[in-house]
Amino acid sequence: MRRGVHRLVSALGAVFLAFGILALATPAHADVVNPEMPFKISGNVQNNGEPIGGVTITVTGAAGFTATVPTDADGKFTVGVPEKSADYTVTLDETTLPEGIAVVDNPATPFVEANVQAVTVGPGGRSTMNFFIGQGERHTVSIADQIVQRLISGLNFGLMLALASVGLSLIYGTTGISNFAHAEMVTFGAVATFALVQLFGPAMLWLAIPLALVLSAGLGWGLDAALWAPLRRRGMGLVQLMIVSIGLSLGIRYLYQFFIGGSTEQLPGSDAERFKLFGTVTLSFTDILSMALSVLLIVVFAWWLTFTKIGKATRAISDNPSLAAASGIDVDGVVRIVWIIGSLLAGFSGILWAYFRPGIRWDMGGQILLLIFAATTLGGLGTAYGALIGSIIVGILVESSSLIIPSDLKYVGALVVLIGILLFRPQGILGRKERVG
Amino acid sequence: MDFVGILLSSLSFLLDPTTIAYALATLGLALHFGFGGLLNMGMAGFMALGAYGYAIGILYFGLPWYLAAFVGIGAAIVFALILGIPTLRLRGDYLAIVTIAAAEIVRLLLLSSAFGWFTGSADGLSGFNGPGGTVTNPHEGAGGFDQSNPIPDGTYGFVPFLDNERTWYLRIVGLSILAIAIFVVWRLVNSPWGRVIKGIREDEDAVRSLGKNVFAYKMQVLVIGGVIGALGGLMLAFSTNVNSSVYVTSLTFFLWTALLLGGAATVFGPLAGSIIFWVLQAFLGLLFPALAKAGLMPFTTIQASQVKFVIVGFALVLLVVFRPQGLFGSKKELTFVK
Repeated sequence: MRRGVHRLVSALGAVFLAFGILALATPAHADVVNPEMPFKISGNVQNNGEPIGGVTITVTGAAGFTATVPTDADGKFTVGVPEKSADYTVTLDETTLPEGIAVVDNPATPFVEANVQAVTVGPGGRSTMNFFIGQGERHTVSIADQIVQRLISGLNFGLMLALASVGLSLIYGTTGISNFAHAEMVTFGAVATFALVQLFGPAMLWLAIPLALVLSAGLGWGLDAALWAPLRRRGMGLVQLMIVSIGLSLGIRYLYQFFIGGSTEQLPGSDAERFKLFGTVTLSFTDILSMALSVLLIVVFAWWLTFTKIGKATRAISDNPSLAAASGIDVDGVVRIVWIIGSLLAGFSGILWAYFRPGIRWDMGGQILLLIFAATTLGGLGTAYGALIGSIIVGILVESSSLIIPSDLKYVGALVVLIGILLFRPQGILGRKERVG
Repeated sequence: MDFVGILLSSLSFLLDPTTIAYALATLGLALHFGFGGLLNMGMAGFMALGAYGYAIGILYFGLPWYLAAFVGIGAAIVFALILGIPTLRLRGDYLAIVTIAAAEIVRLLLLSSAFGWFTGSADGLSGFNGPGGTVTNPHEGAGGFDQSNPIPDGTYGFVPFLDNERTWYLRIVGLSILAIAIFVVWRLVNSPWGRVIKGIREDEDAVRSLGKNVFAYKMQVLVIGGVIGALGGLMLAFSTNVNSSVYVTSLTFFLWTALLLGGAATVFGPLAGSIIFWVLQAFLGLLFPALAKAGLMPFTTIQASQVKFVIVGFALVLLVVFRPQGLFGSKKELTFVK
């Protein structure tokens, strides 16, 4: 829940920043102190999306500048400040908050007292400071608890990434395509589940998810039958195939936006109760189910790849397509199955991603596409088990990196690792050197 | 529905400063991919560095605008070197993934609130073209782009190019930069140097066996194309504020679509492709909502404004499948090397 609140508040903050210019052009609704001053600090005080009015905000700056303003009925405040490119301190008087709630830590600025925030008014002359209010008294979270929480979260995220990246890796291994449209296959699982829930009602989620997976598998079959197989027969080059996948990705992505709009939708159960594991470490039922199902699916997939005839054929094609074809393997048939399985796994990953984010958005797959590529490259392009290891490393890295770096930079760490691994071991952890030409 | 109005406002994109900016970036991409065979999927990053470098040069270093432009160009050169050293030895599709990741890193760093005091975070940077001077040392009327405009105030031209002195100055500066860039690229690709890089595109090992330093040539291509891309970013910064939300991966993909539309291995193809792409984008972006509003399309107006992007995506697929050499390219000059 708390993460949900954070995301909501930060999303609101982003919207306010984006429309900051608009907000200045229109008459301000918030209580304004020093309206004659050229530069402004403004913000929001909200609890669970509910604005809190009458909270005292004090802004102090250089040369003894002090201004005090109460928030208005919409929880907004605006203070005119004399200088841009200067540092100010914004203090929320916690005694003016309603009983039982307090400012919670802003993940972007972990080292400052939660109710006292440093604000820099940049060259734009405007700055926004939103306060994150949560239930209960302020609590301190021990470092060990934080690390455990991040590791669990990272494992969950990594397993989810793994479902998407083993498919991507197999498709790359058997066809050579760097499939950018994999992101849209991920989104498809979530969007299909959402559409089916709309159709059947939230109580039928247990039916909607398997049906969405069947549809996902159908998408993989359809894409291969209608697009990729004909292109294979034409003998199209790898670069062309990659750009085709980019075009496909763009087209499908905006098709989603066309149908579900630009907003974020929730699947039933996304607000599941979190229960205490120990200390301050909490887990929700969906987290546990998500991890269990990921592990189950990955084990079944690994069994399929290792022991079944088609799985062996798949690995043979990944190794050497011509040799596999010469030894009587129906390459086209196996590639078709790889697309179906890859798409099914990606679709399931999308459903889990919808719970992890939480929410369904038209570009949700695109948000993690580069992490999926990072995971596959890290493990070794074309190797399924490598993709699994790479995903878990990337997942844990992304989630735990926000202990050290600001959380809005957490994907940067994974992308730097992607570039680093190409520098030192381009074939990845499990890949072989000859793959890199 | 005002069809003539829609047509005229779309046609104004023929000479729009943003079209010129995108044409520059597409030209850089043509040098990278069409002539050098480098799969650069991070052109948005080069543009972002050009634009932010320029804005920061003015706001924080107090440089006049023409010197600040070199900060943007320098940033793009450094970016190209950092990107090229680890990746140019790798195969094409690896370069694609690394460049797209690097461009995202640039965008996320510019967007992050951690560096908000420097980059303006989600607000971006503004006020650098006017007389405001620097952040640390405000001085009136010194060296801004707008102050260098010799055109007297007023409205000039004819519909659809009826604009004020600022837009005309932007057009003149932009077209001059574009003309110089096209000339330079044209001379380069028809020089001995150009023959070597086309050779590298076709068969790297063959060129290496002739004793050429393939890595150095590729690096030169990456840097020069990146600088042209940064000029595109500069052009955007001349015309408006800089904001990281512009330099997203989709922008790179749109540049690619424009490039492949015109013809990747041509000098004028990027220009023609950009003009067709952005005029058509503007036209469809106005036409569909208008049709929807008039009840001629069964969508809401918001949905109708998305349709153009769907069309762009599938058009890119069809283009690559059925006419990979582009509208103005020749099949003999291969654009896609297997």
